[in-house]
Amino acid sequence: MLRRLLTGCLLIASLAAQADLDITVVGGSKRAQPIAVVPFQQAPGGAVDVAQIVAADLDRSGQFLSLARADMKGFDPLPVTEPQVDYRTWRALGQEALVIGQVQILPGGGAKTTAELYDVFRTQKIMTIEATATRATEWRSMAHKVADQIYEKLTGTKGIFDTRIAYVTSIQTGGRRQFKLIWADADGENPREIARSFEPLLSPSWSPDGRRIAYVTFEDGRSKIIIQTPATGEYVTFLGEKGINSAPSWTPDGTKLVVTLSFQKNADIYVIDLATKSRRRLTDSFAIDTSPTVSADGRTVAFLSDRSGTAQIYTMSIDGGEAKRLTCEGRRNEQPRFSPDGKTLALVNYNGSGYRIGLVDIATGVMRLVSDGPLDEGPSFAPNGAVVIYTRQGSSGAELATVSTDGSIRQRLRHTGDVREPAWAPYTKP
Amino acid sequence: MLNNKWFVCATLAVAAIATGCSSTGDKNANAPADAVSPTSTSQGGVATSAGGKSTGASTPASAQSIVYFDFDSSDLKAESKDVVAAWARYLTANPTSKAQLQGNTDERGTREYNLSLGERRSAAVSAALQSAGVSASQLELTSNGEEKPVAMGHDEASWSQNRRVEIVGQ
Repeated sequence: MLRRLLTGCLLIASLAAQADLDITVVGGSKRAQPIAVVPFQQAPGGAVDVAQIVAADLDRSGQFLSLARADMKGFDPLPVTEPQVDYRTWRALGQEALVIGQVQILPGGGAKTTAELYDVFRTQKIMTIEATATRATEWRSMAHKVADQIYEKLTGTKGIFDTRIAYVTSIQTGGRRQFKLIWADADGENPREIARSFEPLLSPSWSPDGRRIAYVTFEDGRSKIIIQTPATGEYVTFLGEKGINSAPSWTPDGTKLVVTLSFQKNADIYVIDLATKSRRRLTDSFAIDTSPTVSADGRTVAFLSDRSGTAQIYTMSIDGGEAKRLTCEGRRNEQPRFSPDGKTLALVNYNGSGYRIGLVDIATGVMRLVSDGPLDEGPSFAPNGAVVIYTRQGSSGAELATVSTDGSIRQRLRHTGDVREPAWAPYTKP
Repeated sequence: MLNNKWFVCATLAVAAIATGCSSTGDKNANAPADAVSPTSTSQGGVATSAGGKSTGASTPASAQSIVYFDFDSSDLKAESKDVVAAWARYLTANPTSKAQLQGNTDERGTREYNLSLGERRSAAVSAALQSAGVSASQLELTSNGEEKPVAMGHDEASWSQNRRVEIVGQ
């Protein structure tokens, strides 16, 4: 009976999922910059309204407030080229920046967007933006690329609109809980299933080239580490040792996985070569050692250990040696994640009343708490290093949230079921 | 999950009846190994081979198969000794039988840490069983971390039920 319940629930799939994320900006101390994104000149029959996606992206960042199209009624025609730009009227509407553009449809369903960004106060063109799609399914991505360039020009920070996020949903269906590992665009659109199981799915981790994802399944009630290529659905069971197989994390060169295994005694950290599967034991303590993360230069591993009696974060060389305690603040610190530049560590801090996301400056050891708790976990950096996504307990279940690393801008990402275990993919397209 | 809970309730009731039958007035004297599992209640009146001593032919009831823990702790509590004793009796009497020790935690803390904490709890139960004479080869340790709660609330009432090791006969 028990065995039957526990066996064979995993179905690897690349089917389009029904689910979606509902994203709202819930707070920002930063003043949002007014920007008018004029509808692009676009032949009918295009896959999407490109300018609308650009405006929605900028709004969702919390740093921009796009002008509603209804408020552009006074312009007839709407500007498409530079000579048609009437700076005074846009200024009168309170706009600081203006985007115009056109979308040229290419044979085979592709398209090319050419857009221009203007500074309304200085009455000058700031930049020309080009982005292309080779087929109809890439139109949204093309729009996100336009938004990314505008965002970077105006804020100085690289955009993250044309990126993807993996997450796990958990939905009660007919007396059973079904888990799905989903892969969606950063705006929650275009969700695709990576895996589906009646057993939990945990710890998704993208390879540095964004083509593969490692995660943990519990088929037969025992943890295993899977490595899968979402684009093709191909997967291998990479590790299925006795005991725990968990917390996979890639080295920046993509040649090794750093993982937690317990087959030799209790949870310790191992470095596993992907090609040869040869393994090196990194920690050997009676304590729990888990949640490894590798620095951007590939030299340092940070991990959780409760060797001091409570969970704290330690660092050590990826070649082994002495473990150095990094965190002292708070009663517990768990689940460290290096920022893309390796200078900051996101983690889960427990101060006695709640679990919150903290950011530790590795050079100084100073920690800042950037979320409210009480049950936050699972931090993952956006590839620009300026935003962290994590799981929080919302009023109707687990949901995702993002916070800018300066703490000023927050989003909630809700799903019809529980959603958790977010992993922001690197810039390279999977 | 609901079904599972109901099952535990049902076996609790059976266990209560069974121990009631052989009551000595001292709760602790009712060795849980003598509690009958639901599938063998009809054998309640059949004499056992060793003069009333349990043969351990059936596994201890589900109600006597859960060991509970304090927050972030894998220390066995005094109240767990009957459960451990019952399973030790059963497993030593049936050296070919096996048991899976499934460790679980409450939802607090990270999933990755809790996976290891669950394993540490099953290891604690394993150590107690081994020191009572059970062979390590009879025991399999697994951990569900915080992934298999029996109570869904976000408060101590639920958390205390979820911090557990379930001993499952194989």
